[in-house]
Amino acid sequence: MAPSEGLLVRRIREGTVIDHIPAGRALAVLRILGITGREGLRVAVVMNVESRKLGWKDIVKVEGRHLSSEEVNRIALIAPTATINIVKDYRVVEKKRVKLPPVIEGIISCTNPTCITRKPREPVRPRFRLLSEHPLRLQCVYCGTIMEEEDVLEQLEEQGG
Amino acid sequence: MPAQGWRGRDVISILDFTREDLCSLFEAAERMKRLLSEGRLPRLLEGKIVALAFFEPSTRTRLSFEAAAKRLGAETIGFTGEEAVSVAKGENLADTVRMLDGYADVIVIRHRYEGTALYAAEVAEKPVINAGDGKQHHPTQAMLDLFTVKELFGGIDGLVYGVLGDLRFGRAASSFILGLTLFKPEKVYLISPPLLRTRPEVRVRLEEAGIRYEEVDRLEDVLGELDVLYVTRIQKERFPDPREYEKVRGSYRVTRELLEKHAKPGLRVLHPLPRVDEIAFDVDETSYAAYFIQARNGVPVRMALLSLVLGAEV
Repeated sequence: MAPSEGLLVRRIREGTVIDHIPAGRALAVLRILGITGREGLRVAVVMNVESRKLGWKDIVKVEGRHLSSEEVNRIALIAPTATINIVKDYRVVEKKRVKLPPVIEGIISCTNPTCITRKPREPVRPRFRLLSEHPLRLQCVYCGTIMEEEDVLEQLEEQGG
Repeated sequence: MPAQGWRGRDVISILDFTREDLCSLFEAAERMKRLLSEGRLPRLLEGKIVALAFFEPSTRTRLSFEAAAKRLGAETIGFTGEEAVSVAKGENLADTVRMLDGYADVIVIRHRYEGTALYAAEVAEKPVINAGDGKQHHPTQAMLDLFTVKELFGGIDGLVYGVLGDLRFGRAASSFILGLTLFKPEKVYLISPPLLRTRPEVRVRLEEAGIRYEEVDRLEDVLGELDVLYVTRIQKERFPDPREYEKVRGSYRVTRELLEKHAKPGLRVLHPLPRVDEIAFDVDETSYAAYFIQARNGVPVRMALLSLVLGAEV
């Protein structure tokens, strides 16, 4: 962790630090994790800090919460450069890179308004096949629509707003 | 002998099948066609029930499925239009499919939402046949189209194809193009106004399959190279914005004069029908017109398909 960042937010005792989030996407990461701030968890969001690797980055620290591998994978949708640090007793005990699964289910909606997943009152979850990670390209399993990175980001950022 | 792997299978996209699958279907369809021409009815599906769930209006697909089922001795149940079923009372699609799943041996479904057939197949235990879902797939149409090409030319490989019309919203055109990727066409010309270009997922598939293709605006520029010209209607009902439809309405028209001036003598013109004004009536009497042969092939191809999916000895 960069020393300058250490000055902004104190270290957490137990929980998760999501580092190397592309600048400006921290709120969308929280949204993906379903963290609203009302859960009673102590959450720190640091935005637009200097990063040797990325130039500028965001950091999210969540005290008292560990992420499932599915949640880690979801983060990859919006922050493919992110690293997940598991913190125990103020020390990073595990460091993970995010990686998208081959099938992404239930996080984003298909952009096609006449896709069956957009039909009201049908118990069907949107499901996408990963076509490419860099740049991000997903294909709706149901209607075949291809979603590009900007479609996914736009949607996740809208949800986050 | 029933072809391996057909029994109980869902028919969602033409890409669910291999070239070998389709060849076995075409052989069965040839046998069905021969039996029909001899006036013999193979009662292979006696005692079976075929559900025809047409949430969207249809004439020829529905009637050809119905004729195919009845020629094979099966009974049909079903409806056309959402107002005819409990959907009008607020029932969702999943529940309607569950109901049909309990009543019939196979469900043939058409719906205006893309992905409906796949979703229905996830809900139902019985096989589901996609009879058209929105702008996406119409696999049984592609099967009969490819069967017709094989019948007319003796094979599907090595020909130059032109697919003309609404390649963006037209499911018959998309399924035909996808079907061609299972074979080895010499080249495929995608001919449409820029607004109606092929959707990205279809182009991606052409590229993955290594098919030579080119997008062009004007039929006249490529007509002389074509062996098969597949014409489709611009479907007003698929346009999200009626103003876009007005921009492209009547933007192409195949006439006898145009064909006689530019086409190879052996060119055959296909069309999934119904046509509006994209093929002039004066083409009907020429050797180019193959769309009525194609339409008649709907029954034997669907007979073959129903028999194979229901595991009958074809």
